[in-house]
Amino acid sequence: MADTDVEVRNFTINLGPQHPAAHGVLRLVLELDGEVVERADPHIGLLHRGTEKLIETKSYHQAVPYFDRLDYVAPMNQEHAFVLAAERLLGIEVPYRAQLIRVLYSEIGRILNHLLNVTTQAMDVGALTPPLWGFEEREKLMVFYERASGARLHAAYFRIGGVHQDLPPDLIDDIGAFCETHPRVLADIEGLLTDNRIFKQRNVGIARFTTEEAFAHGFSGVMLRSTGVPWDLRRAQPYECYDEMDFKIPVGRHGDNYDRYVLRMDEMYQSVHIMKQCIEKLSSAKGAGPVMVDDPRVAHPHRAEMKRSMEALIAHFKLITEGVRVPEGEIYAAVEAPKGEFGVYLVSDGTNRPYRCKIRAPGFPHLGAMEFLTKGHMLADIPSVIGSIDIVFGEIDR
Amino acid sequence: MAETETDKGMTAADLEDLAGLVAEALGDAVWDVKVVHGQLQMCAHKEKILDVLRHLRDDQSCRFVCFTDICGVDWPQRKARFEVVYHLLSPYINARVRVKVPVAEDEAVPSCVELFPGAAWFEREAYDMYGIFFDGHPDLRRILTDYGFSGHPLRKDFPLTGFVEVRYDEDAKRVIYEPVQLQQAWREFDNLSPWKGEPAVLPGDEKADDNG
Repeated sequence: MADTDVEVRNFTINLGPQHPAAHGVLRLVLELDGEVVERADPHIGLLHRGTEKLIETKSYHQAVPYFDRLDYVAPMNQEHAFVLAAERLLGIEVPYRAQLIRVLYSEIGRILNHLLNVTTQAMDVGALTPPLWGFEEREKLMVFYERASGARLHAAYFRIGGVHQDLPPDLIDDIGAFCETHPRVLADIEGLLTDNRIFKQRNVGIARFTTEEAFAHGFSGVMLRSTGVPWDLRRAQPYECYDEMDFKIPVGRHGDNYDRYVLRMDEMYQSVHIMKQCIEKLSSAKGAGPVMVDDPRVAHPHRAEMKRSMEALIAHFKLITEGVRVPEGEIYAAVEAPKGEFGVYLVSDGTNRPYRCKIRAPGFPHLGAMEFLTKGHMLADIPSVIGSIDIVFGEIDR
Repeated sequence: MAETETDKGMTAADLEDLAGLVAEALGDAVWDVKVVHGQLQMCAHKEKILDVLRHLRDDQSCRFVCFTDICGVDWPQRKARFEVVYHLLSPYINARVRVKVPVAEDEAVPSCVELFPGAAWFEREAYDMYGIFFDGHPDLRRILTDYGFSGHPLRKDFPLTGFVEVRYDEDAKRVIYEPVQLQQAWREFDNLSPWKGEPAVLPGDEKADDNG
């Protein structure tokens, strides 16, 4: 009797915060029964910078760059949610060309994100080549960021009322050329992974959940669509000119890691398709015009005008010092960021600073469900799940 | 799901109808039910919040099954200092709803984790940032701030610089906490109309009003 009365103790291990598979600064406390995960407790906040507090103490224009630093893998998509929220409170309709540029760069952001995620997730499960091929393409896209805004990552390009500057014509041509060559690279990466036996063994059937569970946990984006729901804010609640774009919403069937990989690959093809349409429209007569709304509340006067008109000079000075005054009210604006629904809940008290700016990051509920996703899986599945739910700590810790 | 999905979301008239339905069904648990910027919005009593959320989730005309967000807002001048704001999404009728619950500093809000398991982390965050208590939360720890942090940083009376700063101490061979020392006094720039004075009344202005 005494022999069988051995106390079996669960093993608790600490993964991270400095671990290559933790995708940043995730500290994960795992309780293991043998190799099976019994409890997973992510400790987050190691990258907490108080973004929301900082935004409350700065003017609306000064808040935009903070959004680049959230999900730094696809910076402009974050800016988009914030400027949409402010514009809706101000009642501003953005010029058509600015809408096209925003959509174009949002899709570039989506490819940037998916390329990083798919290839590093593949690296987490043992493949070394995809990141090399993927990062080469990312580099080209970041050059497009740089040529539009001057910065590879922290663009601060979307402004309330439009975008900062118009795109040079040769940049539009170069993006068009990229759209022609990029699908071939995607096909190459797919050739490495899609039918790869090891990749499938590590991903098929891992972290499965149903649609109802996804809704209740607040999942969005690819996580939700992998269960078979065609829910995409670009289609369901179209913003900018997404309603005139032709694209498909890939959906999965099983809600597992592998489906999410396939969806991300398919979404990149769709993004290229949308980018091509944007380029065509940007080059057409309808797509010509200003990139900033003609509204003195938000737009700077032209430099030449400021040299001659006192009023223009005063307006410029007021905009620079005082900033934009947003009417009193509150709004929740969300965009379909690459990782899911990125929302901004903006409360304005009518002054030049946001009273409250809550950032709803898609990765936050995804990581919050870590225990739900990994319970009963093996320890070795943890990196594959972390990779597949696509987390970036800039946006989770804020 | 795909067939019940509309391309453009609900029309304003549909939303007004829904607001009426919800207000009728929930009675005095909610007030101020209205449509703001194309989103349904209401205020709810904290004692009734679980009933309100359950109704919004389960009622066939609403089906706000998708949990989106919970956050706090600080209004120091108000009697009930904080506001807990819930955001839900209905993919079936393609609409969003916002429920606002006023709560005083020493009160607790019932936790909605049993309705929406995804709310657990959002409630922890609201607790961490504002010190709002959630009654019945399984694990109400701090989430974003440092281990051993004191205070609630998003309250309006919490200074932007915080109270402590950290650095690596060469003698102690570890990271130490010290009171914040500003090298230069904190400057608060209030750029709201720096030159705004009395409204200028020009001679003859009164005639314009007389005509009108």
